[in-house]
Amino acid sequence: MRTSPSLLSLTIDSAVLNLSNIADLSSLPDHIVVDLFLRTLRAGKLNERVLKLFIATGKDEVFSLIRALNIRATVIPVLPTTIKDDEIDIVIGAVRSDLTSFMNEWRPMFSRFHLIIVKDPDLKEELKIPEGFNLDVYEKPHMDQVVGSSTSVFFSGYACRYFGYLVSRKKYIISVDDDCLPARDPKGFVVDAVAHHITNLTTPATPFFFNTLYDPFAEGSDFVRGYPFSLRTGVKCALSCGLWLNLADHDAPTQALKAKQRNSRYVDAVMTVPAGSLVPISGINIAFDREVVGPALVPALKLAGEGKFRWETMEDIWSGLCVKVVCDHLGLGVKTGLPYVWRTDRGDPIASLKKEWEGVKLMEEVVPFFQSVRLPREATTVEDCVVEVANAAKERLGLTDPVFARAAKAMLDWVNLWKSVAYISSSSPAV
Amino acid sequence: MAEPATATEAAAPAVPQLKDELDIVIPTIRNLEFLEMWRPFFQPYHLIIVQDGDPSKTIKVPDGFDYELYNRNDINRILGPKASCISFKDSACRCFGYMVSKKKYIFTIDDDCFVAKDPSGKAINALQQHIKNLLSPSTPFFFNTLYDPYREGADFVRGYPFSLREGVPTAVSHGLWLNIPDYDAPTQLVKPLERNTRYVDAVQTIPKGALFPMCGMNLAFDRELIGPAMYFGLMGDGQPIGRYDDMWAGWCTKVICDHLGLGVKTGLPYIYHSKASNPFVNLKKEYKGIFWQEEIIPFFQQAVLPKDCTTVQKCYIELAKQVKDKLSKVDPYFDKLAEAMVTWIAAWDELNPTGAAAALPNGKAK
Repeated sequence: MRTSPSLLSLTIDSAVLNLSNIADLSSLPDHIVVDLFLRTLRAGKLNERVLKLFIATGKDEVFSLIRALNIRATVIPVLPTTIKDDEIDIVIGAVRSDLTSFMNEWRPMFSRFHLIIVKDPDLKEELKIPEGFNLDVYEKPHMDQVVGSSTSVFFSGYACRYFGYLVSRKKYIISVDDDCLPARDPKGFVVDAVAHHITNLTTPATPFFFNTLYDPFAEGSDFVRGYPFSLRTGVKCALSCGLWLNLADHDAPTQALKAKQRNSRYVDAVMTVPAGSLVPISGINIAFDREVVGPALVPALKLAGEGKFRWETMEDIWSGLCVKVVCDHLGLGVKTGLPYVWRTDRGDPIASLKKEWEGVKLMEEVVPFFQSVRLPREATTVEDCVVEVANAAKERLGLTDPVFARAAKAMLDWVNLWKSVAYISSSSPAV
Repeated sequence: MAEPATATEAAAPAVPQLKDELDIVIPTIRNLEFLEMWRPFFQPYHLIIVQDGDPSKTIKVPDGFDYELYNRNDINRILGPKASCISFKDSACRCFGYMVSKKKYIFTIDDDCFVAKDPSGKAINALQQHIKNLLSPSTPFFFNTLYDPYREGADFVRGYPFSLREGVPTAVSHGLWLNIPDYDAPTQLVKPLERNTRYVDAVQTIPKGALFPMCGMNLAFDRELIGPAMYFGLMGDGQPIGRYDDMWAGWCTKVICDHLGLGVKTGLPYIYHSKASNPFVNLKKEYKGIFWQEEIIPFFQQAVLPKDCTTVQKCYIELAKQVKDKLSKVDPYFDKLAEAMVTWIAAWDELNPTGAAAALPNGKAK
């Protein structure tokens, strides 16, 4: 004869039937939560809300079960792309050691993909990374092994991510600073920055004529009257720069002056930066086609007082100007605008300004330099273009400040490094 | 779903900015009923109505507006033989209004454009936003990824050189449209139901060297800085092309602005565009333009103005010369257009002699 069910068992069964009325499971003992979870699965009652309920309990057994059974929350939103998940690497430069909340917040968007986490070689503490991701972690020993020590290419601070770009074997790279979290759009929906960057990279860019309705390939949009038809196919988009809500990417003097200013304006647009027009490309939230422009993102400009806050760096700005010049020369596109990320408050702009203000001054030389760079017709590959820019930098800026001479050398070393180390899929041409 | 605003009273500013320095130019062939909706925003300003089509028809202007109205007879009388440069049966005739105005700023709007609502539901005072755009600098030499740095809550991003942060004077403010977007005929035919519902909360400077399609539906400019370049060409009756008036003016204007170091902004404000014109009629008008623009765009992209062209008029005459040299081979129309461009400048200078007193009274309504 079957034993009659215990009171506990009946209660759990009842709970399964009433899951829609339950808001919080964290007060339940571990073994009951596990039992409830298994019975929920058996009853076919697991949906996203219920899954979130169980995850919110924070119980290790629940996480183990989720991993073991390969249960995944749906990605929001699902933008139709022709990209396969295995064509993408998400590269995170770890400037801080505890990545737990960062990774957990991004989990719904990141968990589909392979991640490369690169630890700032100056960081002493062990990295803390939560479970449940498909990732590779690189630290100083790896860098020494791959790159050797006799190179002026630097991977310290925010530039550590470039090592990830170098060793990646994927076509597309998405990179976000470790103090950025998913943003919400004005309707309250979480922005899937990854999917959005992919959309930007896989739809054409239109650098030769400005479309006043912004991205003509966006849903509900198109080219306006007066836009030449021959320019409507567009060109390949090589780089997608996203933006930031809350702490925008201002320099230290600006943020110090407007201490309370936070960016709350969500501009619902993506647009192509016109050819010939230079732009400060922030490294905080970017994505690019590694196969097409990989070598052009250069870890080259290291400021004398460079630090661990973006206010104390200009490496991404230099890199971005190089990429734009190369893209303009090779007929590739650079988009800017969506997606947004939420950049958390961190650091003190006044302290940064006291420590490092040269960067701001150097831009007075850097921008006119890049505006004047003319690449010869014979430079038809990205590597050739970068070499030309490096040589021009050495010639025209080398004597102004030693930081430029070092940057030029780093660029040349980087191209050599890229040629010897980097994996480029043989099936796809450089441009 | 975009809808026009209804509660415009509440949004009208207490003190209308530039009320004695700005004229509103409106071309019309139908009626001016749309002005009722704009009344709280427009009433403080002087209107210049350019009546297209049959001059014997009376166009009623709603009570309470201070205006001057010109029909074809007036245009012929005032310009004499030079009236040939002003189009007939096309909204391009509006540029006559620019010429005859005595003010520093012009705002022009089509008679099928109404007050739009922002995402919070508030009525948008398009004129006020245009004025803000024109009174703050532009930044054409380096792209700011956070768009207009002079807007409330925005600024220049890291990496933007401080020496470029003063910007240059803004010559043109190009607004956008919710509901019926400004598509060409082929796109309208393929997507007859598409409506623009995306409110993009940004103003930005179009970088130097980049051309754009300038739409005349919702446009403001500094007449003193760029007025003579705003010639809307030969369109409509007796001409092989239509719906390229504002495009032509926009390309000329941008080339000249780039040469003289002036800025062109695009983005906010939005108006609500209510009428979708007939795409088949549009196709007939635009047809030649669709082919010609393939030649016209490279022409403007490569146009170089000599250093001694230091005024808008000089730049424009030089452009007219280049149009005759390089585009006549596309079609004899461009010969005529080049001549009309020269006539336009002559007429402009006649009506706007330099050294004339700054404060001239408005033209009187008839």
